[in-house]
Amino acid sequence: MKVLPFGERALLAEFASLTQTMAAFQAFSAARVPGIVELIPAATTVLAQIDPTRLSLRAAEQWLSDTYARATRSNTVRVGEALSVTIPVRYDGPDLASVALLLGVSIDELVSRHSQAHWQCAFIGFAPGFAYLASTEADFNLPRRETSRTSVAPGSVGLAGEFTGIYPRNSPGGWQLIGATDVTLWDEARDPPAAITPGMIVRFEVVTP
Amino acid sequence: MTGLVVIQPGPLTLVQDLGRPGLAHLGVGASGAMDRSALALGNRLVGNTSLAAGLEILIGGVELRAAEALWLAVTGAWGSVTIGGRAVPQNTPTQINAGETITWETATHGIRYYLAVRGGIEAPRVLGSRSRDTLAQLGPAPLAAGDVLRVGAECSGPVPLVDLVPVDAPPDGPVTIEVRPGPRRDWFSREAWSRLCGGEWRVSPRSDRSGIRLDGRVLERTERRELPSEGMLSGAIQVSPDGAPTILAVDHPVTGGYPVIAVVTDDSLDALAQLRPGQIIMVRLATGRG
Repeated sequence: MKVLPFGERALLAEFASLTQTMAAFQAFSAARVPGIVELIPAATTVLAQIDPTRLSLRAAEQWLSDTYARATRSNTVRVGEALSVTIPVRYDGPDLASVALLLGVSIDELVSRHSQAHWQCAFIGFAPGFAYLASTEADFNLPRRETSRTSVAPGSVGLAGEFTGIYPRNSPGGWQLIGATDVTLWDEARDPPAAITPGMIVRFEVVTP
Repeated sequence: MTGLVVIQPGPLTLVQDLGRPGLAHLGVGASGAMDRSALALGNRLVGNTSLAAGLEILIGGVELRAAEALWLAVTGAWGSVTIGGRAVPQNTPTQINAGETITWETATHGIRYYLAVRGGIEAPRVLGSRSRDTLAQLGPAPLAAGDVLRVGAECSGPVPLVDLVPVDAPPDGPVTIEVRPGPRRDWFSREAWSRLCGGEWRVSPRSDRSGIRLDGRVLERTERRELPSEGMLSGAIQVSPDGAPTILAVDHPVTGGYPVIAVVTDDSLDALAQLRPGQIIMVRLATGRG
């Protein structure tokens, strides 16, 4: 872990891999102390926003290093402890056939790889509740669409890079759409409003359209 | 009827409070009033709690009719503000009677007026805040003609006995913005750093609540690899591939893929709200302990 400066109210912890980043985010979240305002996980970083009146940057940096060292030593972050959710998906997305072609597999093979893998929410970005789900089992690496759609319906299941994700609300989008779900991913009246939060394990279940 | 009726909404008038910090890990940014000190002053002048929501009025061109007698205060940008033809003094508690209208002309200093109403603007809270996030499209929609703004009960005490708070108008000339180093400062040449902190920058007309774009010289990158998206904060200065810096503002995306060369200090953040297109800013490295 490398700690980089981010002005006077934050520090950016950087890691070598997505797996390390996810483990670190879990460890930081579990050991959170007063003065840590936000912890924002991303692909290889966790941004810690600090209230400097309650925690100095120096103390925050020490806390990040100690917490990460402890987590690495005791290997306390285990997948089994994470919350999990199953999302029923109709695999009938407009890009399903072209994605199968890109990967050189049949549609059935693509569907079974996507639905049999354990996915984990690495971080949320792009839009409220848009979870980036990663898996060591699925082995996808796909480009975004060359032209992004101006409107993607909520519940659309997409692939981009090594990630899969579900559009929580209607928005423009460039991910390859392979299916759709009726699960409400984002509801402002719910606490938390996002159905999938960082660290959560996600499985997809095939439902027939 | 009670509250305020919107006759002319202006180009962009938003309900704002202190925002919804602490939800960035769910993809929700802090948002909130861009000039926090102007909103806070307005609330103080009408005896509101610091949590009361007010209006953030971009540029002007707004007309509201009071359906009841109300105490209010106008802060932030300076310009001609009148109630039934008489001038409303800046930064001063003022009464409006039922049936009277209050009108904002184009701001002459600064660009964002704030209106605080005694009791606060009432609107449903979304995730703990009444702020409109223009990027995530959360919170109350921008004002439209015919809207009725209800007034709440977020008072902390009586309207304080002050005649006038001596607050300077937002400056028209060069504004100095202080920064501290960002996480990707070493992705740029030494010249880029001294260019950022040495010269003058012009505020682009393409600036909004998501970011203040700066026109000027190019900040050259020495590190060419692509940056995986990382967490962002208000005040982070991102540099796009063409070398142009953007200072992220309150409605910024929670993650971004452009390297952050520097971050604006908390003390300099509110000044960003009042920058007019074409205005000159100077970026300087903050001195002293962070």
